[in-house]
Amino acid sequence: MILKGSGIHKSYKMGKTKLTVLRGLDITVSEGEFVAIVGSSGSGKSTLLHILGALDRPDEGIVEFRSTPLSKFRASQLNAYRNKTVGFVFQFYHLLDELNILENTLLPAMASTSSAGWLSKRKTAKKRGKMLLERMGLAERFKHKAYQLSGGERQRVAIARALINEPELLLADEPTGNLDSQTGNGILEALEEFNRDGQTIVMVTHDDRIAARADRVIRLADGKIVDSDNSK
Amino acid sequence: MYKFILPMRYLLKRRITFLAITAIALCVFIVVVVMSVMSGLVGDFREKNHRYAGDCIVSSDSLVGFAYYEDFLNELDKAEFVKSYSPVIRGYGLLRQPNTETNIGIEITGIDPFRHSQATGFGDSLYYHRNNPGEAFKVYNKPDARGCVVGISRMHTSDAFNQYYHPDVPGHYDFEISCFPLNAKGALAKAGAGIVNTKLFSYSDDSHSGLVKIDENMIYLPFDDAQKLFEMGGATKRISAIHIKFQDGVSLHRGTEEVAKMWQEHVEKNEDKSYSNLLQLVSVENWMRYRASTIAPMEKEQTMLSILFFMLGIITVFVIFVVFYMIIGHKTRDIGILKSVGVSNYSVIGIFMIFAGIIGVIGAAIGAAGGCAFLLRINEMEDWLFENYKWQLWDRTVYAIGEIPHEIKIDVLAVIILSAIGASLLGALIPSVQAGIKKPAEVLQVSQV
Repeated sequence: MILKGSGIHKSYKMGKTKLTVLRGLDITVSEGEFVAIVGSSGSGKSTLLHILGALDRPDEGIVEFRSTPLSKFRASQLNAYRNKTVGFVFQFYHLLDELNILENTLLPAMASTSSAGWLSKRKTAKKRGKMLLERMGLAERFKHKAYQLSGGERQRVAIARALINEPELLLADEPTGNLDSQTGNGILEALEEFNRDGQTIVMVTHDDRIAARADRVIRLADGKIVDSDNSK
Repeated sequence: MYKFILPMRYLLKRRITFLAITAIALCVFIVVVVMSVMSGLVGDFREKNHRYAGDCIVSSDSLVGFAYYEDFLNELDKAEFVKSYSPVIRGYGLLRQPNTETNIGIEITGIDPFRHSQATGFGDSLYYHRNNPGEAFKVYNKPDARGCVVGISRMHTSDAFNQYYHPDVPGHYDFEISCFPLNAKGALAKAGAGIVNTKLFSYSDDSHSGLVKIDENMIYLPFDDAQKLFEMGGATKRISAIHIKFQDGVSLHRGTEEVAKMWQEHVEKNEDKSYSNLLQLVSVENWMRYRASTIAPMEKEQTMLSILFFMLGIITVFVIFVVFYMIIGHKTRDIGILKSVGVSNYSVIGIFMIFAGIIGVIGAAIGAAGGCAFLLRINEMEDWLFENYKWQLWDRTVYAIGEIPHEIKIDVLAVIILSAIGASLLGALIPSVQAGIKKPAEVLQVSQV
């Protein structure tokens, strides 16, 4: 088991109102697994993903990565967790407009070391970045900026960026949510391919058909897991 | 590496950064130009006062002067730290050209011109006797005449560039100089019809000290003649002041302290003599204190300017603050992305602080370069403006300056540049810290909406 969440609670304050998004949720993810978290809008799936990726903290509960609680991590350890252990893919790609796609892909690698350290690491990182982008079918586009790419191409760059540091866990938040079905299918095929190579993936989606592509589907409703089935 | 790549890309992409660069450049430009000109003017003015007064002045507050100075002068002769000294007679009188009815109030200084040139910059202020100041009172073609050196503004009119024109040889001008002599008790020395002492002098040279009041109102007379005019000769001779120049390497403070000590001993030695009370009215001051009432207003102006520039700096900080607030407001998504890939809060702050530093460096460089270029050409520009529009920044008929000072002091320039960069960093600090502490989940949720 690579990731475990126990009794996760999360609420947000909206003025005087308190909105509870997650209510004592338990989740486990095994190494090499492809897990899909499904739920309707507002069910708490993106919030859960952010908590698992240490982008947010639960109000109550524990998240453990390889049996180490994330709550015990210092700020620098959390940064390292987000940088090296986890790779994030967002619904809206979230590429930096000022960088070309190769630079966007290399961003986590640059963030993992100092400016001086980058000088010795640069060659290896660039090689891996180019390899990932070539695998994503973007070999001719290294110098292009994000606005010069289609939605599907941008999402492929986002996947390459998420995998540059060889993370143990890939977290994808509605990776096909902003794409047409054909393009979305291409993205799912890419994720499946990486999963076949051993990459552990947790994907959030509202679409049951997309969720069915995963090894296991966890269904969320009203902040709780209502079902957890092997889909295959 | 991204910490340098991103700021450079932001610089080129966000046009609002050019507003920040322009603000800093303008601020630096103004400060460089005004500080250089002002410090040049103040420095020039201080130097003129220093040359006029010498290093240290032993002077009486009273027009009566003080007695028993000869022994003190002997002590000064023996003092190794003293290079030269000049006893002077000082007073006020009236000047009239014979066969005219105009009487002008003047300030009179009686000197030994050679000694006075050794102790002060008197010799350099002369025109015809610059190279032999000891003969300053020798009248051209009238060897027996009593000469006088007149403040240049009394003799000539300056042009629009504060230049005075002299004929090849001095003209023939006679002056009646009248004084009210005072006795050692401070009362008028004479009464009745002979209340005033009057003597005829001939113009021998003029003195251009660069100080308006001196050049307009001062007449230098031979020491002995002045002493007689003011009836400060006789059994108990009196003088008004002693101007002293220290040896090279002797600090002003140390030298003045030594002179003050010597004077105190001199006063104590003579305290039983008659008119020793006059010695109590004597003060020993360095040239800065002696001329403080003249120098202080200009230095105050310089201080006021410095305060104004400090406020200008604060305004620049606010401009940078606003610009960065706007930039960071538009970069919220970028901040979320950076944090999602593991960039720390400090690194996010670092990116924007480096950005601010780059803006500060570029703005300061442009402003400094512009300011230096402007200063190098400032006199040419003023000449052009005068030739074409009859306009001068400083009317030379009012201000006794020649060229506008344009020396650029490297240390001052460095301070201005570093301050500008500091202002840029300070202005960006709060927005950068706010960027650094943003929660990634909130930022990314907002940017997805």
